[in-house]
Amino acid sequence: MAEKKLTIAIMDAPYEKASTITAMRIVSAALTKGIDVNVFAYEGAVNLAMKEQAPHANPVKGTTVEQEEHPTTKEFVRSLLELGKSNPQLTWVNCGLCVDERGAVNVVDGVKRGSPADFLKMANESTNTLVIPTK
Amino acid sequence: MSNYVFIESRDPFDSPDCSFLADTAAALKNRGNTVTVFLVQNAVLGARKQAHKSVLPQLLESGVTILADDFSLRERGIQSDECQSAIKTASIDQLVDLIVQENTKAVWH
Repeated sequence: MAEKKLTIAIMDAPYEKASTITAMRIVSAALTKGIDVNVFAYEGAVNLAMKEQAPHANPVKGTTVEQEEHPTTKEFVRSLLELGKSNPQLTWVNCGLCVDERGAVNVVDGVKRGSPADFLKMANESTNTLVIPTK
Repeated sequence: MSNYVFIESRDPFDSPDCSFLADTAAALKNRGNTVTVFLVQNAVLGARKQAHKSVLPQLLESGVTILADDFSLRERGIQSDECQSAIKTASIDQLVDLIVQENTKAVWH
């Protein structure tokens, strides 16, 4: 296995746990080093890339949408896919059954639909695999 | 022998099973493996010298390398000199380097 490749499985839904952001930091750092990355999004993690997510104002602080700069996970996914669009490459696969259960069909461009069989293939082709489970 | 990288994300004062990870890491080290524990998120709370009930000092004595994520420390306002001196501050880049080594098992907790 000449080229290094990392596979990461994530399961947490957006806006719940810091683990999601840590996973994205690992993906970003690996891509920046020129390492190809596979992400297999399972269960609630398929919602991370949902296109309809919108930033919001903060009525408590009285800030506007623009002032708040509220980050959405779909923007994180989109920017990671931009970073890994060719070489190095990021392959992001959402579990199809999890997508159907949650109606999470409309996702940012570049996110693929797959199954746990794809995760097995990714893991077999990778230097290492990191599974980040729900607690 | 193998390399083991344990990524500890949990607050040791909230999750008693953190001691199970420490026991496993020490046992693997005692069997001759290279073992690193990378503290991230609330797990860095246990790296402070003032965290008197932390299991990390015993883990250091067993020869396990312990690294603490610089971003997680900054988020929580923890300075590196507040941490156990043998616990080194590390970046997420260093974690990536560790887990893409050959013959390495990466375990998230």
